[in-house]
Amino acid sequence: MRRALRHALAIAGKDLRLELRSRTSLLSATVFAALVLIVFNFARDPTAVATIDLAPSVLWVTVSFASVVAMNRAFTVERENAAFDGLLLAPVSREMLYVGKYLANLAFVLVVEAITLPLFVLFFNVDLRHALPGLLLTMLLATAGFVAVGTVFSAMVVRTRFAELMLPILLLPFMVPPLIYAVKTTVPLFAGRPLSDVVEGLRFLALYDVAFITLSVLLFSAVVDE
Amino acid sequence: MTPDPSRAHPVITRGMVLTVLALAGVAAVMVLAVQYTPVEANQGLAQKIFYIHVPSAVVAIWVAVPMTGLASMLYLWLHDPRLDRFAAASAEVASVFCLVVLTTGPIWGKPIWGTWWTWDGRLTLTLFLFFLLLGYQTLRAAIREPLERGRFSAVLGIMGLVLIPFIHLSVYLWRGLHPKPVVLKPSEPSLPPAMLHTLLIGFGVFTVLYIGFVTLRYGIQLAQDLREAADAA
Repeated sequence: MRRALRHALAIAGKDLRLELRSRTSLLSATVFAALVLIVFNFARDPTAVATIDLAPSVLWVTVSFASVVAMNRAFTVERENAAFDGLLLAPVSREMLYVGKYLANLAFVLVVEAITLPLFVLFFNVDLRHALPGLLLTMLLATAGFVAVGTVFSAMVVRTRFAELMLPILLLPFMVPPLIYAVKTTVPLFAGRPLSDVVEGLRFLALYDVAFITLSVLLFSAVVDE
Repeated sequence: MTPDPSRAHPVITRGMVLTVLALAGVAAVMVLAVQYTPVEANQGLAQKIFYIHVPSAVVAIWVAVPMTGLASMLYLWLHDPRLDRFAAASAEVASVFCLVVLTTGPIWGKPIWGTWWTWDGRLTLTLFLFFLLLGYQTLRAAIREPLERGRFSAVLGIMGLVLIPFIHLSVYLWRGLHPKPVVLKPSEPSLPPAMLHTLLIGFGVFTVLYIGFVTLRYGIQLAQDLREAADAA
């Protein structure tokens, strides 16, 4: 068990080191998120719609688009020099290979979100002081779920034509249930309500995480093994 | 042994016969809806679309989509190309039926609700199902290698099947505007006999139509696969 976990961490570590050294994907995903926020700012009439009414939607739409952009990276980097064949040949179980890829993806998307959140606060002038712990928990739970699905899908789409377009088409329907609950949780939190008011939403997100992380671990070998 | 493409012909013929029969049945349901069933007191003539809308929705959601999911699971286990062909055919027919639901619904909704579309739970669920099915077909279209196509679409099929209850849970948070079920519910059907009979015939006809379309689509895919195998041999 501990050895299996070490394998997963080694794969995750490799991915994150690669990203830290090149920084291209991280930079582009973050710039993309910032641009989406800016577009949103000009897509509303500030005299008609109050910022706070729109803020939860803006945050989650930005987060979901940026996540899709970020997740495209996971297996495209493995395409170069047939690196993925090397990974498949390594004496690592498929499950742990998935877990490693998943952890790296999760860390990557969470970093993008961590940079997006302050930008969101800055641009949309939202007071997060009371909502922050609840919001961070919601972001973590929602992200953990759709990144699990996204990791499986990104392993599939790199083998197809139009990979960059295919991922959002497949993944967005899977992102909608967690997004619905994330928005439902964020609205009361932004309105200053306590964490106990949003337990139902958090529970749904946790349920989604458990279901799709398990399913992804089980199905991943069907994606990579010929 | 070289694969013989003509092996698919009986399947295609069977599919054609079933489809023609079912289409005649659809016409019969329409005649029944107009001639035999009474005009609904509150909704008037708009209610007639019910006999097409409800059977296609029920067959899409309760037959076609679960069959795709089931065939996907079995495919990952048994690796039988027949299962993959069936799953693909079923998904394609499901998307057509969903499209029927999504077009007949608004036609009814405009006079009755006063709006073409509303984000009601059932409508949203059907819409998502439709997009999932489109995604499934887009994925299939983008992969050349048949074994890989089979595995990937089976994975998506299973994931999609698991997603449906989650979509259901999340979209039903909204207020419901859609009429409640009148037949498939715990208590007795609450329809006058003429309406009930027509609806039940509708269910039967659309089930045969589903089988006919799937058989036809399966046969065409089989012919293509055999042709490719014959060319390769």
